[in-house]
Order: sequence, then C-alpha cells, then structure tokens
Amino acid sequence: MDFKGFDRPGGPGGGGTRSVKVMIAGGFGTGKTTMVRSVSDIKPLTTEETLTEASADVDRLIGVADKTETTVSLDFGKISLNDTLMLYLFGTPGQERFWFLWNGLFKGALGAVVLVDTRRLASSFRAIEEMERQNVPFVVALNVFPDSKEYPLEEVRDALDISPHTPIVACDARDRASSRDVLVALIRHLKERSAVPLESR
Amino acid sequence: MSAPRRPTNPSGLERYYVLTKGRSGPGGSASSLDVATLIVSRTAPAPGFQHEHEEILRRCRDPLSAAELGAHLGLPFNILAVLLTDLLEAGHVEARDPIPAHGAGSGPDLALLEEVLSGLQRL
Repeated sequence: MDFKGFDRPGGPGGGGTRSVKVMIAGGFGTGKTTMVRSVSDIKPLTTEETLTEASADVDRLIGVADKTETTVSLDFGKISLNDTLMLYLFGTPGQERFWFLWNGLFKGALGAVVLVDTRRLASSFRAIEEMERQNVPFVVALNVFPDSKEYPLEEVRDALDISPHTPIVACDARDRASSRDVLVALIRHLKERSAVPLESR
Repeated sequence: MSAPRRPTNPSGLERYYVLTKGRSGPGGSASSLDVATLIVSRTAPAPGFQHEHEEILRRCRDPLSAAELGAHLGLPFNILAVLLTDLLEAGHVEARDPIPAHGAGSGPDLALLEEVLSGLQRL
C-alpha cells in the first residue's frame, strides 16, 4: 500500500475544509429522500443507527442473537458550496418515534426544511412540532405532487398553525433547481431572523 | 460498490462486539461526534493497526464526514464513533464539527450564511 500522500498532513488535502448541515424533515412519504437525492452532488448514502434493548448494558450484548434490534436510517447527501465548504443534507427518519435516537441530530444544524404533502397535511404535524420544541429555525416546503390540489399558501399556514414568521414555499422535490430554491429560502430566512433582535416566537 | 456487510450473522452484533472490543457507545471525545463532523487523517496507518482503523485513516486523507465514513465502511454510527474515539485519542485523526449558524455566545454568523447562499446560487 502506498501512503505517500501523508507527507503533507494539514496540507491541501486537510486544508481548511469546513462543513455545515441542514436537516430535511417531514412526515413519512413527503419526499425527504427525493429532495436529498435531487440536490446532492454525490449519490445519496445511508447511515444507520442500531438500537438494541441491551445497548445500555455492554455485558448483555454477548449472546443476544435473538435480541430485538431496530435500525433507523438517515439518508444524506452533500453539496460542495465552494472549495472549502461542504453542505450536508440529512433526511430525518420517517418514523418520528425514533427521533430520540438522534438526540443532537438537529444540534449544530443551520436549520431545517419541513416537507409537507398537501394531500396529507397531518403527516407533517409532528415534524413541525419537533422543530418548534427544539427551537430549530425552519421553512415549510409544500411538495407539489402531480395530483395535489392547489392550496393557497396562507390556507396551509392556518391549517398547520405555522407562525407568520416562518416562510412557506411550494416546490417539486424531484427537481434540483426547485429543491435548491427551498434551501435558498431557508438561508434567507436565517439571515432575516438574525437581522431582527431575537424575540420569543 | 460496498464491502460485504454483516457477512456471517444477520444481526451483526458479534461483529460489532469484536470491532469495538465490547464497547457499546462512544465516550470521551467522540461522544460529541456529529454525523456531519469532518474527519481528517493526521498520520499514516502503522503496522499492527486494526483493519478498520487503517481503513479510516486511508479514506480520510481528504476530509470526510463521519456519516460518509460510516456508509462507506458499512458500520452503524455508534460503532464507528467508538473506532473514531480510539483514533482521536491517539492523535491519528482530527475531527471538525459542523459550523453552527450561531457561534458560542455570539450572534449569527452572517458571513457564513452569505457564503452558503452564494454557493447555493451557483448550483
């Protein structure tokens, strides 16, 4: 094996590369993975967290082949914003009841996109509640499916009980430019939030 | 193309137990490890390195997120975090956490947001 590349630790390879992350949340089947896929520079990957009942007790891990084991997955992608800045996009697990496993998942995130399927508004209630509870800034993106009815954005705002400060945009999660625009709306929102003094929202 | 995962045992628990020498979760420096934390090798693998440690050092010559590393190695995040703790504690790798929108105790990082925005607009 050749490890000659190592004569430059901290050199151009390591450099000053930095990362930021944005979470893509929303109910089951609202298009989270689709959005990650459409906008990512790399083929989306999956990282897994395995939960076993014995996970808190190391000794009991031995000989527990029949142990109930739950794997939750996070699909993620990456966008090179420039030579030294990477944006990672993580789709949250569809089943919100597993979110506790990803405690800290939203920590350090710039913010989140909550995808909503207007045919099934209720499926994204939990995601919106969770953003508010964890105080994560977010935008709501209505993923327009081919058979979606046109909903005036303000009607959706009322139905979802979203604060007037939270932007709502329509998008097609399958489309790269459209998904990119949702991310742009999120970053603009973050900038606007920071322009006004922090108030209780 | 990915390495065979869980080759002998569908649950994979034994494999993970061996890999981590029985440690179930990260302690110390890796407990704060984020899925978007960038890992960068600081040294070349030395003879006698555990295979997975060697593999991590090889793949992280250029910064790679912990999530990508886990996906490439076919390891759940908590198992990877244990392996990374070893390497971090021995100074073989460096970890860089994702930059939050707000610095600790300071206001929002407007320069960062601007940089993200212009990167997105170039897509």
